[in-house]
Amino acid sequence: MPTPDRPLSPHLQVYKLHTKIAPLLSIAHRLTGVALAFLGTLFLIYWVGAAAYGPEAFATAQAVFSSPLGLLMLFGWTVVLFYHLANGVRHLVWDTGLELSNEGVRRTAWVMLGSVLGLTVLAWVVGLIVLAL
Amino acid sequence: MVEFALPPNSRIKPGKTWPASKGATNVKAFRIYRWDPDKGGNPTLDTFHVDLDDCGPMVLDALIKIKNEVDPTLTFRRSCREGICGSCAMNIDTDNTLACLKPIHEIKGSVDIYPLPHMAVVKDLVPDLTHVYAQYEMIQPWIKTDTPAPTSGERLQSPEERAKLDGLWECVLCFCCSTACPSYWWNAERYLGPAILLQAARWVFDSRDEATGERLDMLDDPFRMYRCHTIMNCTATCPKGLNPGKAIADLKIAMFERAV
Repeated sequence: MPTPDRPLSPHLQVYKLHTKIAPLLSIAHRLTGVALAFLGTLFLIYWVGAAAYGPEAFATAQAVFSSPLGLLMLFGWTVVLFYHLANGVRHLVWDTGLELSNEGVRRTAWVMLGSVLGLTVLAWVVGLIVLAL
Repeated sequence: MVEFALPPNSRIKPGKTWPASKGATNVKAFRIYRWDPDKGGNPTLDTFHVDLDDCGPMVLDALIKIKNEVDPTLTFRRSCREGICGSCAMNIDTDNTLACLKPIHEIKGSVDIYPLPHMAVVKDLVPDLTHVYAQYEMIQPWIKTDTPAPTSGERLQSPEERAKLDGLWECVLCFCCSTACPSYWWNAERYLGPAILLQAARWVFDSRDEATGERLDMLDDPFRMYRCHTIMNCTATCPKGLNPGKAIADLKIAMFERAV
């Protein structure tokens, strides 16, 4: 009797990657990279393009970005940028062979997330001070 | 190839429920993946209620009890029942581990048991390991030398040289790590996966082996080794407490050092 096609055992369905810190931060690195490359580039093109188009268009772009929704988007963008940056440094540390253990993964995760928080707050404090001057 | 959903023939349907023996007070539900090649159709999830007062402490004890007393068709690999043979690797409570080393009491709620993830299923909890064994053969897991063996006895190592193999020789090839790796899920046809790469490291870092360059040449490929993206699921799930992620990083460093 021929064997029917073998099923594929469940993977994402049972492994629950979102409940495990190592793969959760790993996929977040990929997603933040995609967000920066696609959404970030689109916003940048809009901003630079508006500047090239003329003063009214640029004023509109500035108004969009400084509206509450625009500021919220920019805030999200800085979080995404600093996450990808800090986690990228975490990967560089790993590539030297350091902190590659279950404890190291957790330890560097907290340092990395702390850096994201610190860098984001710093960027906005400096940015708002410069704006106020 | 990345495919998040299971193919239609692999989607799991509800299965049978088996009650605990009469008078049992300390009952735990074991939800177990079932697929029988003789019946075909889709896999199902059967629920077995097991009396823990009349069962050994490990998940494997419960599986053997179910097979002996409830459903003799339940199929799984097992042999040594002490974490040495690597046969009873499966996905238990969302992690890959050896059923014989996983205490039932560590699991809250029902005990959910599936075959190792993203593998072709032979029957129930038995995955087809043909491909991983073929990949193991590919790294040529035997000593390769040009110099003739010393006539006086064995090829000797210093204690320091021998220590480089610690954390590598203990691997029992259960493939918990490879089947926990998303990179391996999506690229198993070309990526060797953490278990095989740890085995490759075991030979690359053996001072007695004289084919180090040849071995690194074989690994110097965008897929075979460099599909490792340091997700570190491998190290998190290894039931032997080994560190395949570090072994792969050491291989990458060895590859870099010979190039500069």
